[in-house]
Amino acid sequence: MVELRHVSKSFAGPAPRTIFGRLSLDVAPGEYIAIVGASGVGKSTLLNVIAGLERVDSGTVMVDGVEYATKDDDALTVLRRDRMGFVFQAFHVLPYLSVAENVGLPLALRGESPAAGSERVAAMLESVGLAGRERSKPRELSGGELQRVAIARALVHRPALVLADEPTGNLDPAIAAQVIKLLRDAVTTNGAACVLATHSRSAAASADRIWRLTPDGLVAAQSGDVD
Amino acid sequence: MSTDVRTLGAPFAVARAVTGGVRAFVRGRTLLAVVAIAFGIALGYAVELINRAAVNELSTGLATLSGDADIEVRGPRTGFDEALYPLLAQLDGVAVASPVVETDVTVSGRDSALTLVGVDVFRAAAITPALVGATGDRMDALRGDTLFPSAAAASWLGVHDGDTVDVAAGRATLTLRVAGMSGGSGALRYAVMDIAAVQDAFGLRGRLTRIDLRASPGTDVGKLAQRVQALLPPGLVAASPQAGMAAAARLSRAYRVNLNVLALVALFTGSMLVFATQTLSVARRRPQFALLRTLGLARGRLVGFVIAEAAALGVVGALIGIVAGHALAWIALREFGPDLGAGFFRGSAVVLGFEPLPMLAFGTLGLLAAIIGSALPAREAALASPAAALKASDADLAAAPPSWPAWVLIATGAAATFLPAVNGLPLAGYGAIALIVIGGILAMPQIARTVLHAIRTPAYVPAQLAIAYMRASPGRVAATLAAMVASVSLMVAMAIMVTSFRQSLDDWLTLMLPADVYVRAASDSVPFTRDDRAALARIGGVARAEFMRATSLWLDPSLPRVALLARDIDPGDAAARLALVGDALRVTAGAPPPAWISEPVADAKGLAPGALLTLPLAGRAVTFTVAGVWRDYVRQQGAVVIERSRYVALTGDDAVNEATLWLAPGVDAAAVRDDVARAAGAGRVLTATPADLRKLSLAAFDRTFAVTYALEAAAVLIGVVGLSAALVAQTLARSREFGMLRHVGMTRRQLRTMLAVEGATLAGMGVGWGLVLGFAISLILVNVVNRQSFHWGMALHIPWLALAVLAASLVALATLTARASARTATSIGAVRAVRDDW
Repeated sequence: MVELRHVSKSFAGPAPRTIFGRLSLDVAPGEYIAIVGASGVGKSTLLNVIAGLERVDSGTVMVDGVEYATKDDDALTVLRRDRMGFVFQAFHVLPYLSVAENVGLPLALRGESPAAGSERVAAMLESVGLAGRERSKPRELSGGELQRVAIARALVHRPALVLADEPTGNLDPAIAAQVIKLLRDAVTTNGAACVLATHSRSAAASADRIWRLTPDGLVAAQSGDVD
Repeated sequence: MSTDVRTLGAPFAVARAVTGGVRAFVRGRTLLAVVAIAFGIALGYAVELINRAAVNELSTGLATLSGDADIEVRGPRTGFDEALYPLLAQLDGVAVASPVVETDVTVSGRDSALTLVGVDVFRAAAITPALVGATGDRMDALRGDTLFPSAAAASWLGVHDGDTVDVAAGRATLTLRVAGMSGGSGALRYAVMDIAAVQDAFGLRGRLTRIDLRASPGTDVGKLAQRVQALLPPGLVAASPQAGMAAAARLSRAYRVNLNVLALVALFTGSMLVFATQTLSVARRRPQFALLRTLGLARGRLVGFVIAEAAALGVVGALIGIVAGHALAWIALREFGPDLGAGFFRGSAVVLGFEPLPMLAFGTLGLLAAIIGSALPAREAALASPAAALKASDADLAAAPPSWPAWVLIATGAAATFLPAVNGLPLAGYGAIALIVIGGILAMPQIARTVLHAIRTPAYVPAQLAIAYMRASPGRVAATLAAMVASVSLMVAMAIMVTSFRQSLDDWLTLMLPADVYVRAASDSVPFTRDDRAALARIGGVARAEFMRATSLWLDPSLPRVALLARDIDPGDAAARLALVGDALRVTAGAPPPAWISEPVADAKGLAPGALLTLPLAGRAVTFTVAGVWRDYVRQQGAVVIERSRYVALTGDDAVNEATLWLAPGVDAAAVRDDVARAAGAGRVLTATPADLRKLSLAAFDRTFAVTYALEAAAVLIGVVGLSAALVAQTLARSREFGMLRHVGMTRRQLRTMLAVEGATLAGMGVGWGLVLGFAISLILVNVVNRQSFHWGMALHIPWLALAVLAASLVALATLTARASARTATSIGAVRAVRDDW
């Protein structure tokens, strides 16, 4: 599903900085992996590279059989829209849309019919425990509920890959555990692969494999190794 | 215990906590807000400086002419009997009386007249020493062929001591020797001669135009003036010289105040830019403010800091504006003179002064503009619930304030239009415009909500998102559009008013210029005699000639003199010669004879057709019946038309100074003009065709409104820049939203489209509402401000094409700006911003 080969990424500027060099990673379809590591080590940058939002300096990035180097921004955007879902630490639910409109956004961007879309949205909201909240505005929801909306939005178009960046970072442990279970179940149910970037030991523990990102690359880790 | 660690004092620390973290975000817009305020201050201060310089110079000049007189006795321009002089000179309480005769003369080689002041040098030395020429030979002041020009006149004539000046005196040319200079530092253009020489040479024998009186020590000047007035025949006025200066300044005051108000419009739109800047930056900092409130910062102190932040912008803008205004005034005076387009001070050379009061006033205005612009955002910051703001999921959705105050302001503004002028100025009209503009801006959230909900939700997702965002944030929409609505409404109002005025002037010229050739005596001193009239009528090709005696008289000592136009006119068909407003009244037999008054006279004296009007003619009070009110765009001080035959019968004055000639079919007007010049004598007449006069009038109109256009353009520029800045700022503020949309698969093109739809919709609403408000304000300008300022009525004409082009340009510009701001929205910075908390 995801193949990264000898990927290097650095940021230019007054103080140029290498984020990672010659990094390789494989994620199989349906596999659920966690990336852990110290703050600022580049976990989010790695997710952006996988999403095609950041170009690499060298190496190859291939997702779902698509080699990024040969594609322009529009092609990568379409790939992202059709084959990927995202969950963020800060939820990023649009405050001016209702819950159902937020969840249905990827479907709308794909041009799916409103009728078919609303069925999928209703089903997705039911699966994340938010049935009946379709018309609610984000300001009426708790943090846990907002992240459920974000998970529903990430999965509503049945992506092959879900990228989750610190999805429990803003939640208390109990709610965080519920959200991680929900994410894991939803990803599994939908047959998607998932790359989870996290600081949380319990969140990492839910993964099939755990990788620690260091300046030297990815190192296999156990949940007990997570700080 | 001591420590090397130094920290800021508590107030500074809190101030940094409030204002910090957003400075980079708002730097560009902060700069724009400062520039906008500086721009408004600079324009207003420059206009005020130029006006003050011009009026000061005018006052100085008039003071030179009046000298130490306690009382001036003045009459019509044709003068009064000099027998009055010994009567007043011997009056108890009068220490010195000085007779003066003034007339305008034509100078060879110059296209405008020179004011000649004839004085009795022995009397003038005691009251108006500046009018006594400085010369080596004291007898020069008594000679009939000597002249003492003021410095401004000498400069204009290009003469020095010993040079000669040729002036027209009747059909003859009089050569005068410059024997010295008259005193005074004013910039008025005049020349002094011996009084008897002026009377003899210019047909004013036995006539005076003024007597200056100085009261004996200990005499009550007010009571003396009353006693003098009691001795005067109708049409003569005894008043202080200051009253004359006030009347002269009053003539241009409405125009000057209008320019100041226009300059303040630029400042007002600047304050709207501060409003937009502060609203957006306050929204951006809501979580920051919530944290500070949670940590114990009192609501009042938070408001204080936000206002202080804006006040700092105001202070900087005001300082820059004052310096720039001074420079602007200096350049304008050097390049264009003090006239500012209206012709009130043409020919004067003035010096820019240091004016502390206006400086302080405009500096304070800049500060107030910034504070007023930040008041609502500060209130919003203080009223936000800290708990909700900390959560901040809807931080970018500014709540809309209640709309009822907006409608109260608009209704109050509408009611204020019914109030009369205050001291000749349309203060209530200006107030009404301000209330309607502010009310209109405050009503914008409601207007936006109504319009956006009336729009059908588009099928295209980026457009859907754009509409959804705006529907959810009417407060933000209002903040974005504040400067634009203000500037568009005022620009539209001015465009409609100026178009109405220009078209009305054009229509008026068509009606008032029915003949083929117009002839005017080059100066008052050389009117057309009976023989001249006969000669004009005999010129080959002239089918018909009508004549007019134009002079002036006082209807009210506190007002400038009004023009008296005694012309050949058919009382039964006055509308053929005058632009009557409303129906003409046919004066019945036995009633006083008819007079037709212009709108300023009707307004000043509260007269309407059928009313009786008393005119002082030849020292007698003569009653007329107001037979109609007519529109006159030439004489702002007002004019009264009477039949010439009746004027001659009443006064014995059968001279005329204007002639209107109708030519036989096929006759060449240019040839007739040459014949007229030959018949009247070189330099004695000015001739023109209707086309010449129309061109001159419209050119004068455009010159008058050139400054208006410039000030208006400045206001529009600020408004457009304000909208552009607000759109860019919004894009910056919403970078996380755009980052998320890029993550979930929105293409750059879709994002650009989304922002373009937002820009176009916002500008469409702003321009649309601006047009509505502008139309309402134009009605106030046409029917209240102009009417009360200048007493000019006009018909409403709407420049549809210009407004359509303007509206389309503004919407296109906003759309392009919004689309251009998509560069930020689609940048990698936006993608990375999704890691930030909302």
